[in-house]
Amino acid sequence: MTQERPLTEAIPLDGQALSLRGYEQVGGYQGLRKALREMSPQAVQEEVKKAGLRGRGGAGFPTGMKWSFVPMGDNAPRPKYVVANADEMEPGTFKDRYLMEGNPHQLIEGLILAAYATQADVAFIFIRGEYKLAQERLAKAIADAYAAGYLGKKILKSDFALEMILHVSAGRYMCGEETGLLNALEGKRANPRSKPPFPPVAGLWGKPTTVNNVETLANVPHIIAKGLTWYQSLSRSRDYGTKIYGASGKVKRPGLWELPMGTPMREILEEHAGGMRDGLRFRGVLPGGASTDFLVEEHLEVPMDFIEVQKAGSRLGTGTMIVLDDHTCPVGMTSNLIHFFAQESCGWCTPCWSGLNWAKQILAAMEEGRGEPGDLDKLAFQTKFLAPGNTFCALAPGAAEPLQSALKYFREDFERHILEQRCPWKS
Amino acid sequence: MLTVEEREEIEAELARYPTKEAVCIDAMKIVQRHRGWVSDESVRDIAELLEMSPADLDGVATFYNLIFRKPVGRHVAMLCNSVSCWIMGYEKMHKHLTDRLGIQFGETTPDNRFTLLPIVCLGACDHAPAMLVDNELHTDLGPERIDQVLEAYK
Ligand SMILES: Cc1cc2nc3c(=O)[nH]c(=O)nc-3n(C[C@H](O)[C@H](O)[C@H](O)COP(=O)(O)O)c2cc1C
Ligand code: SF4
Ligand code: FES
Repeated sequence: MTQERPLTEAIPLDGQALSLRGYEQVGGYQGLRKALREMSPQAVQEEVKKAGLRGRGGAGFPTGMKWSFVPMGDNAPRPKYVVANADEMEPGTFKDRYLMEGNPHQLIEGLILAAYATQADVAFIFIRGEYKLAQERLAKAIADAYAAGYLGKKILKSDFALEMILHVSAGRYMCGEETGLLNALEGKRANPRSKPPFPPVAGLWGKPTTVNNVETLANVPHIIAKGLTWYQSLSRSRDYGTKIYGASGKVKRPGLWELPMGTPMREILEEHAGGMRDGLRFRGVLPGGASTDFLVEEHLEVPMDFIEVQKAGSRLGTGTMIVLDDHTCPVGMTSNLIHFFAQESCGWCTPCWSGLNWAKQILAAMEEGRGEPGDLDKLAFQTKFLAPGNTFCALAPGAAEPLQSALKYFREDFERHILEQRCPWKS
Repeated sequence: MLTVEEREEIEAELARYPTKEAVCIDAMKIVQRHRGWVSDESVRDIAELLEMSPADLDGVATFYNLIFRKPVGRHVAMLCNSVSCWIMGYEKMHKHLTDRLGIQFGETTPDNRFTLLPIVCLGACDHAPAMLVDNELHTDLGPERIDQVLEAYK
């Protein structure tokens, strides 16, 4: 049996975007038709909840549950908002760009369904400024959706109305953090907000707002159109559906593959990514983008889903893996990652900006042959301060993950840098 | 002063948002599209139009990477320095670019042709190393490929 790939199988292979007609021909907007014809907003929420869809933006929060926090009914504050988080700035992550460039209507339909399920009035697609091609294709697709009656007033002749706005951001990792994103949309610096209240209760301009990742939303039309039994059968695990996995680094065939949720890491890296380039050995992997803990050879059999990757000591994150080989310096890689997080820290909390800058300097010095004996303890100490609960948002704990796990799995490499007073990978 | 065209483009955005402030990043990007960068004078003009204080607007401007508060060259080249590109040879590409252009990050060539900047992950990690020139993506970079890309921007 060939495996179904609902999110990507209709994406044209010639690099073009799937048109509105093309999307309709493969069943596009049937989920929306069905919802408007025969389902209440609560029924849509319930279906997504039962399907077990979990957020693909990094944290894996159950989507239907998030929607159920939105106040409903005639007395709910208005207008209500939904936002597609298309900021995709997590280093090593390149799945949302592919989905938006290849099948923009799938995201639009998913966002309309999220709006219907939460009775929202306005939908934003918050996209990073660098994604020019995706912006052009989404702008056209939104215009086509308006013209075809999928957006605007009286959608498909029902009483449901929705405006959709493409918002192009101006670049900063913090804009992807849910509440930083809300501030960015309001024209402010993208500092995070204190929670509670959570956005589904009080978000954009104080009104209920639901933020979901692009890949999360792309799942929704299929769940509604084909039902949850079908949806759950796609997966090989207790986290349902398919997942878009990726691999970058020195594998033979870097790329993206939509596979059953729970596909083992080894299968993805060996069968799909073709294994390591000739002459190189696998040393480790960040399983879901820059802000996840390293896993190593002993973890290769781990099924890539939220539950199992967490058991192995890391997180599924975005599901796009960054592979470390034996000709690449693990200290240099960690230094690059921490440099990124230090630069993108918004400066609000001391453990984050001062801790990350300190760690950045220690790692850079180590790479330059100026490491000192106490450095590893200092770095380990910093990861404690960056841990969850000490900071305002998840950037700092996310930064701690690759650092703490690099110290654990590549300790000898760190020690060699200090002992030899040089980076052994630099000739 | 804002041109009539800039003003009209900003006003079109105002219609879509509930507050004037919400449009401020778009407004700066509109001005930047016309003039290449956002000067102190433009900050004051935009702030006045949107009923914000220039200091608040400047605070927003400096937060975002894609708003340029200093003049840039005719073309802006941005080299990805994030982790997948780093693994795939970022440092060599960086050296090649800076040698070739004779400038460091943050600088502009004397003939005003290129400004060179670092940028975070461009979502092209399976085709690393990657760079943007004037917001167009170029991937699978090597020294020769970089030379070809630069040639295309006069
Ligand atoms: C610093 C930071 C950056 C983030 N960037 C993104 C992003 O670019 N895209 C995204 O979907 N989620 C991002 N997230 C996660 C969001 O906060 C949020 O959890 C997500 O958009 C929710 O969508 P989901 O439930 O559909 O996954 C980021 C989180 C943090 C802490
Ligand atoms: S953890 Fe870092 S990025 Fe998040 S609010 Fe604090 S300082 Fe800002
Ligand atoms: S790390 Fe350079 S494009 Fe992703």
